[in-house]
Amino acid sequence: MREAAARERDGLRFPSGGAAPLWPRSRPIGWRREPGLAPRPVTQSGSKMAEAGAGSLHGGDAAAAPGPAEEQELSRRLRRLYPAVNQDETPLPRSWSPKDKYNYIGLSQGNLRVHYKGHGKNHKDAASVRATHPIPAACGIYYFEVKIVSKGRDGYMGIGLSAQGVNMNRLPGWDKHSYGYHGDDGHSFCSSGTGQPYGPTFTTGDVIGCCVNLINNTCFYTKNGHSLGIAFTDLPSNLYPTVGLQTPGEIVDANFGQQPFVFDIEDYMREWRAKIQSTIKRFPIGDRLGEWQAMLQNMVSSYLVHHGYCSTATAFARVTDTTIQEEQTSIKNRQRIQKLVLAGRVGEAIEATQQLYPGLLEHNPNLLFMLKCRQFVEMVNGTDSEVRCFSARSPRSQDSYPGSPSLSPRHGSNNSHVHSTGADSPTCSNGVMSTKSKQSHSKYPTLSSSSSSSSSSSPSSVNYSESNSTDSTKSQQHSSTSNQETSDSEMEMEAEHYPNGVLENSSTRIMNGTYKHEEILQTDESSMEDSCSQRQLCGGNHAATERMIQFGRELQMLSEQLCREYGKNTVHKKMLQDAFSLLAYSDPWNCPVGQQLDPIQREPVCAALNSAILESQNLPKQPPLMLALGQRAERASCPYLNESYLFLLWGFPSRQVTLLLDSLPMPLREKVQKRNPLENSKFATAFICAGISSQQSNFKATAVSHQTSVFHLFWKIVFILQSVKILLPHLHSEKG
Amino acid sequence: MASCVLEAPLRMSVLSEVTASSRHYVDRLFDLDPQKVLQGVIDMKNAVIGNNKQKANLIVLGAVPRLLYLLQQETSSTELRTECAVVLGSLAMGTENNVKSLLDCHIIPALLQGLLSPDLKFIEACLRCLRTIFISPVTPEDLLYTGPDHQTILFNHGAVQNIAHLLVSTSYKVRMQALKCFSVLAFENPQVSMTLVNVSVDGELLPQIFVKMLQRDKPIEMQLTSAKCLTSMCRAGAIRTDDSCIVLKTLPCLVRMCSKERLLEERVEGAETLAYLIETDVELQRIASITDHLIVMLADYFKYPSSVSAITDIKRLDHDLKHAHELRQAAFKLYASLGANDEDIRKKIIETENMMDRIVNGLSESSIKVRLAAVRCLHSLSRSVQQLRTSFQDHAVWKPLMKVLQNAPNEMLVVASSTLCNLLLEFSPSKEPILESGAIELLCSLTQSENLALRVNGIWALMNMAFQAEQKIKSDILRGLSTEQLFQLLSDSDVNVLMKTLGLLRNLLSTRPHIDHIMSTHGKQIMQAVTLILEGEHNIEVKEQTLCILANIADGTTAKELIMTNDDILQKIKYYMSHSNAKLQLAAMFCISNLIWNEEEGSQERQDKLRDMGIVDILHKLSQSSDPNLCDKAKTALQQYLA
Repeated sequence: MREAAARERDGLRFPSGGAAPLWPRSRPIGWRREPGLAPRPVTQSGSKMAEAGAGSLHGGDAAAAPGPAEEQELSRRLRRLYPAVNQDETPLPRSWSPKDKYNYIGLSQGNLRVHYKGHGKNHKDAASVRATHPIPAACGIYYFEVKIVSKGRDGYMGIGLSAQGVNMNRLPGWDKHSYGYHGDDGHSFCSSGTGQPYGPTFTTGDVIGCCVNLINNTCFYTKNGHSLGIAFTDLPSNLYPTVGLQTPGEIVDANFGQQPFVFDIEDYMREWRAKIQSTIKRFPIGDRLGEWQAMLQNMVSSYLVHHGYCSTATAFARVTDTTIQEEQTSIKNRQRIQKLVLAGRVGEAIEATQQLYPGLLEHNPNLLFMLKCRQFVEMVNGTDSEVRCFSARSPRSQDSYPGSPSLSPRHGSNNSHVHSTGADSPTCSNGVMSTKSKQSHSKYPTLSSSSSSSSSSSPSSVNYSESNSTDSTKSQQHSSTSNQETSDSEMEMEAEHYPNGVLENSSTRIMNGTYKHEEILQTDESSMEDSCSQRQLCGGNHAATERMIQFGRELQMLSEQLCREYGKNTVHKKMLQDAFSLLAYSDPWNCPVGQQLDPIQREPVCAALNSAILESQNLPKQPPLMLALGQRAERASCPYLNESYLFLLWGFPSRQVTLLLDSLPMPLREKVQKRNPLENSKFATAFICAGISSQQSNFKATAVSHQTSVFHLFWKIVFILQSVKILLPHLHSEKG
Repeated sequence: MASCVLEAPLRMSVLSEVTASSRHYVDRLFDLDPQKVLQGVIDMKNAVIGNNKQKANLIVLGAVPRLLYLLQQETSSTELRTECAVVLGSLAMGTENNVKSLLDCHIIPALLQGLLSPDLKFIEACLRCLRTIFISPVTPEDLLYTGPDHQTILFNHGAVQNIAHLLVSTSYKVRMQALKCFSVLAFENPQVSMTLVNVSVDGELLPQIFVKMLQRDKPIEMQLTSAKCLTSMCRAGAIRTDDSCIVLKTLPCLVRMCSKERLLEERVEGAETLAYLIETDVELQRIASITDHLIVMLADYFKYPSSVSAITDIKRLDHDLKHAHELRQAAFKLYASLGANDEDIRKKIIETENMMDRIVNGLSESSIKVRLAAVRCLHSLSRSVQQLRTSFQDHAVWKPLMKVLQNAPNEMLVVASSTLCNLLLEFSPSKEPILESGAIELLCSLTQSENLALRVNGIWALMNMAFQAEQKIKSDILRGLSTEQLFQLLSDSDVNVLMKTLGLLRNLLSTRPHIDHIMSTHGKQIMQAVTLILEGEHNIEVKEQTLCILANIADGTTAKELIMTNDDILQKIKYYMSHSNAKLQLAAMFCISNLIWNEEEGSQERQDKLRDMGIVDILHKLSQSSDPNLCDKAKTALQQYLA
């Protein structure tokens, strides 16, 4: 009876969809919701996957491992996308790793298809898999896509990135150095258990892409070819493509380039190239190329001088026909003092400083205190000469320091191209390789006992470098083949004068930079651990311990005196406290404050002393090169300073490189010119090799002795050149 | 032109300072020997170059009309005509007064006529002169573009073909100008747009060329303009909305144009174009809403001038201020398009920081463009039931909206009244305050508008207002509208207006006391109107609605009698019970059902009367119907007879 009235509901003007809101959803920290639904049958139909959309992967279940044709296609596409990547050194991800996955993950179809095979009861059953290789930095911009074949029961799928070693029993994004975009809620997870609202949800049939921009260290995702906007910033390097699944029936297929991508990544890459190139074009530069060349040479020269690479600096000055500001003897003095500090012989370093630069430490009480504290630590270590003279037997290894004042590698923060000393072959270290071991260990490993056997072959490195320049893969064997040739006479002389007193219980001169470098190449972690177990306080000598305690009292007094004169200084207090704390433990090397004993801690002390000396001589306390590099840390001022640059410069006519070459010493230049310098990411390596095998024996030998440092130096020069746009004044003339 | 010639001597006499040499140049133009005239023009050309005084002199001496005369004479040699055009061009280069004088002598049509000449040199001279004149700020543009259909004129003259090949020119400037030309030609012009799809240059179709110009390494100007071309083509239906060049190229490009990295002008244009592109396609709206966090990105449009720019940089502040309005209105437009159809997107928009405050502020901005865009945005969001109940109420958006409706231009009124319709829905908490602020009067006046959209919106809003309203409101509506206006609307030529008016009637005639009350006062007219409509040529929906009104009347206590005593109407109801359209049958059945309902007074008599009319037979027939609704309804009705 009321029906007529009921039908009068003509009011609503526009029909509105009544779907329940999908987001945002909150979630307890570090927790994944419990599944609430019964398992759903899994659709595995291959035909469904193959439907429209260029991103569809293999057509059906039958597709097994990719055939040779597909493999060829993949290689072709990868070469086109990432021309700057040298795939021999830094292979690109091509499939999921059967070794680097949680066991709830199953792989098929040439390790491209991932399915979940756990119980999927709760978040504890999450499982991830990483790609076979990390994303090489030289990609510049890297991209991969994942197609959701089936969302399974709950569709708790995460797509993203993670560093090596991140727990695989988790979804990407939940842990440190792990980043993910999750399908069920569309949130992004940035190393955290709680997600941020980011994009839409995704489910069966969707193609999700993940793009890593290594130039500005950001990441964005795409859904079915549509960019969703930046998800993460400040990404670390060496991340692996990663997917994670959590409930039964979830299946995803990866596309690392096997198929055309749904998203037009090449267009995005073009934009970035254009962006950088226009920045470079707009950069104001003077007309006279010579100015730039001189500036560049000055940069290199001052760097060498600053760190006391005396003979290299001289050689460099000779070939470039420039002069060095500082006197030779002054450089050598500084070098000598630096070596003492780096060898842990701080007492002697203080003496030498006082003798060579009278008044310096008196004027720098803070520096003096810092040195004394370090001296105390070295006494505990058993390396300082004041305790070493008591020593009945030499402590085996912990005290040695890789001779050359190789400060340079540390300046660039822990970025990818600052690494790979240790067991790695230097030629591999173009900055793209993954570091295999923790930096603090691999970078300055202590000498092993076995090192003495090869210690007589000090000048070996010349030959090593030769082999290096011709065939990098052979470099590992260098020590066996490199037992001839002359070494840099200057370096030998230096070595004679300043033997590193650590290893020699005998008086034989066996140490110089070259030799030590050799040692670095040979040490590995196992030998280091060996040596660790044998450490004893003050080398185990009682008299030495007494001397140390006495020194400690003196140090305490000095502290009090400084306190009276200059007021309280919390930094000093902390320094002293830390140093004395070492005595509270039976094994100082394995205690909470034991890090102080690490030889790496000598570096800041050494750098401070070196800077103070330079300042007292009215020389810059920081070389311009380092200042330029320092800007790297502040991304705002110099945002693109990493090797991704190579990618961006890709396609530039080689003419633009000529200016860079012009700034190099002639022999170097000739060598480099024979190659297409931007042919691959080994650009810098080419410099090194060319330099090493040049006719200038001095230059050659010195370069070898500091091979790692010089290597890094050159890398940095390349970057600086790029950063100051020095490469490209020709662009202007070309435009006209 | 002749009148100009005659004027010349008159002016001459006024001016005393005219030099003899100037006069000499003009005199020579009147020589009988064409050769001498030509030489005279050439000499004049040389004399005026860079000499503003000479130019002014010649103009006051009346050289212009004579030159134009020579230029237009079919008998003049091409050489002479060309030289004339050159001299005129030279004169145009002078002061703004010169240009004005030239325009006064109707130089434009003469020069345009010259473009039809076969001689290239002459055409070039005419074009140069035209260009000089049109560059001048004193020249009104509509001299060239006289009608709204100049796109078509250009099109008909083969502009598309001629410009197309310039798109592949080696010069960037040429490519860019050609592209701009297309973007203007194709804008809201289906004819041009449809043609463009099939034009090819060097074996490549125009859409492909445009897509190439969208590439991310191309200059922004080029990307933006080609996106505009593709947008026009898409809106014209020349390219499907699901074509990859729209979905994967044009749309993302336009979203990028909205990013903070772009210039303010580019961001305005990008947002406006995108709003236009996605306006009517929900799938494009969905894609845009997830692309590059567009909804959040747009929030930034409201932050100009920023507090920083005010302090640090006067220049920037000025720049920001200039664009602030444009930015805001562009953002509102785009939000409006984004939220047009999808509830989830609306929710996302409203959750954007301070969104409702921004709209409310926008409604009372001084710039009408911003106000209009803000209303559009509000309108789009008002389609959400949930938002009507929550954010709209929290921010009392009805207040500024009612204010906007006062004395607004039609364009604004259309959108604002449309929004008001939604705010008057029965579940909207804004309904009460809107009524109290005198909405009825306003809406009633809208129904009298010349503008169709306003009439529809006015009556629609009243209909919504009347739904389940109390007696007083219904009376107010009836009083405000007046019976004459109500019947005027029932005879409106537009079916939409008719439908909504019927809807209003239906909503007014609900609940028994209301029905009886209204029918007691307006019964006669309403029955008349209903009869008229049922007899007239109307579509099914209109008739159905009308029958529903009858059903409501039949539900009244006293109102019933108006039907029962009207045999004509009863016959009509009977007729529709056997109509071929099930909807109409069902509606007629509602009437019968309400008339014969047992428990009510006098039901017996009504049942008898209807039986006598043969209704029961029809009911029996219908109870065998294959349509379950009809069948059920008939059976229920028959049961009333049994009881």
